[in-house]
Amino acid sequence: MLNLIWLILILFSIGVAAVNGKIEVISQASFQGAKTGVTICFGLLSVLIFWMGMMKIAEKAGLLDLLARGLSPVVQRLFPDVPKGHPALGYILSNISANLLGLGNAATPMGIKAMEELQKLNPNKQVASPAMCTLLAINTASITLIPTTMIAIRMQYGSANPMEIVGTTLAASFVATVVALLLDRWNRHVQLHRSR
Amino acid sequence: MYQWISLVSLWAIPIILSFILVYGWYRRVPVYETFVDGAKGGIITTIKIMPHLVAMMVAITLFRESGALELVLNTIQPLLNFLHVPAEIVPLALLRPLSGTGSLAVATDMIAQYGPDSLIGRLASTMQGSTDTTLYVLTVYFGAVGIRNGAYALKVGLWSDLVGVIASILVVYLVFL
Repeated sequence: MLNLIWLILILFSIGVAAVNGKIEVISQASFQGAKTGVTICFGLLSVLIFWMGMMKIAEKAGLLDLLARGLSPVVQRLFPDVPKGHPALGYILSNISANLLGLGNAATPMGIKAMEELQKLNPNKQVASPAMCTLLAINTASITLIPTTMIAIRMQYGSANPMEIVGTTLAASFVATVVALLLDRWNRHVQLHRSR
Repeated sequence: MYQWISLVSLWAIPIILSFILVYGWYRRVPVYETFVDGAKGGIITTIKIMPHLVAMMVAITLFRESGALELVLNTIQPLLNFLHVPAEIVPLALLRPLSGTGSLAVATDMIAQYGPDSLIGRLASTMQGSTDTTLYVLTVYFGAVGIRNGAYALKVGLWSDLVGVIASILVVYLVFL
């Protein structure tokens, strides 16, 4: 599906540019886009190096096991195919907590570590496992307690009450997350039946 | 409430960092060496992600710069008018799953233009805060572990984005109108 979306985005864009008579935009925009991709990676590089270093300490000290064991009853339900006490659960929990607190910078490395652990359990390394899809569903819908960035921007533009959107954001992201999890379950179910 | 929350976001990282370090030291983990060892993984992961992000960013930049985004917006305009959805919010809703920085720029621009306490400003704040950039998350997470076939993950992400957009509109209307 990603193949198709990618193909359509590019070919449709080239088509539109051609029809509008501004085909020259395409080459410039593709270089610009590539540059943006690399720039984002450099931003990620520092964050990933730093947090993966910190998380190695947490892992060696046994903090992740502690987290995985302590809170696993909750997460186990969302990830039924991950064995009890598996390190993936610890990373998943850290990823969800960081997302809740709006610590986007710290959430990404933890999510990636969780994916790496889930990949170890994945029988087919090319295709995403159901657990990976669930983790992604939680992250894309991203239930948010404190939308830090938006509060900061509202303050900057002189809002009388920058915090007033905390409740609406929580409600909207809660609905989106619940629907994402339901859709995830449903698709998991469908796929299971198809492969049988 | 605001003070309490800003206190949490201010202290969360320092507390997590010192807790990990103190606990590691207490459990006799060689903290410096372990940090450096783990940090190496960050370099490898970033390099693995890079081609995926370049591919995605090229497609998204082309879509925006070529006028394709505008065309799609204009096409669905009548439908939105029919549904009484404010047209101003549409670029944000459409850009949100595609580009985090792009949609943040649009949301900021809307807040600057209409004011943070206007209905549009509140809607922009809620929408931007309540979903994440699906294509980015997918690219980064699956790219890092070399997943080529994302199964149904993208479908689920995009549908929940749509639900998030609709929920934002409904909730903001209910609360602030």
